[in-house]
Amino acid sequence: MIGLTHYLTVAAMLFTIGVFGIFVNRKNIIVILMSIELILLAVNINLVAFSVYLHNVVGQIFAMFVLTVAAAEAAVGLAILVTFFRNRGDIAVDDVSVMKG
Amino acid sequence: MALQAIAFYVMATVTVLAALAVVLARNPVHSVLFLITAFFSAAGLFVLLGAEFLAMLLVVVYVGAVAVLFLFVVMMLDVDFAALRQGFARYLPVGGVVAGILTIEMIFVAANVASGGAAANSTGPQASLPDVTNAETIGRVLYTDYIYLFQAAGLVLLVAMIGAIVLTLRHKPGVRRQDISRQTARSPKTGMEMVDIKPGEGVSE
Repeated sequence: MIGLTHYLTVAAMLFTIGVFGIFVNRKNIIVILMSIELILLAVNINLVAFSVYLHNVVGQIFAMFVLTVAAAEAAVGLAILVTFFRNRGDIAVDDVSVMKG
Repeated sequence: MALQAIAFYVMATVTVLAALAVVLARNPVHSVLFLITAFFSAAGLFVLLGAEFLAMLLVVVYVGAVAVLFLFVVMMLDVDFAALRQGFARYLPVGGVVAGILTIEMIFVAANVASGGAAANSTGPQASLPDVTNAETIGRVLYTDYIYLFQAAGLVLLVAMIGAIVLTLRHKPGVRRQDISRQTARSPKTGMEMVDIKPGEGVSE
């Protein structure tokens, strides 16, 4: 019988894989952005699982808002990345401090 | 019930393995493709829970838009990805230990919450109201109690769109563009010049 614990376990694993990805790919900002997407996916699984098992639809609605913000974040993040690449010809995270005002 | 359990374990395993492949893959293009796999099987998990609307939203928004955006950017930027991987082996042990501890702790918390929290005496999964589809269940709440937040979400997307356009828009010098305000502001006075030419002489600027 699949219960709430199973879904929460999958979400916990996805979350830690996302954190792990940020740890090990410190220089590659594209993989860091993808790791953030994984973390947000884990959050969404948690929200939907609780929503379904508590019989409260608000969790699914909040998951939708998380999805919206994740899409907006990816769009703006990649736009910044493209602009940065145009200016520097490289996407090394170590040099990002040149962006400061 | 057994079929549901098999489906859950297959999709959960695929999701977790694909997520691991995202962070461990050498080639970022492979990372993006594994990310699509992870999102797809996570959508399968949502279907299994009964939240079909969010599952389809996940496929449309993540697989259709976000992952393809990543793919575009990864293929457009000509970057030496091997150089970006340096330090990978150095952070691997520490990252692995931290991730392992975090996973175990979070699974403990999840087990405790599921058995002792508000969901302990849950009567089983139920994603929608009785006799109503999942999409209608969401719609009834979203367009009444959460209408302002819904509008705000639209505003967030609008601002993100404008921000992305402003950031990546580039005016090339030397390209002649139509300037409508200058065209309409022209009058016979500014657009025409009367020159009195003496006989035998040409016109010069």
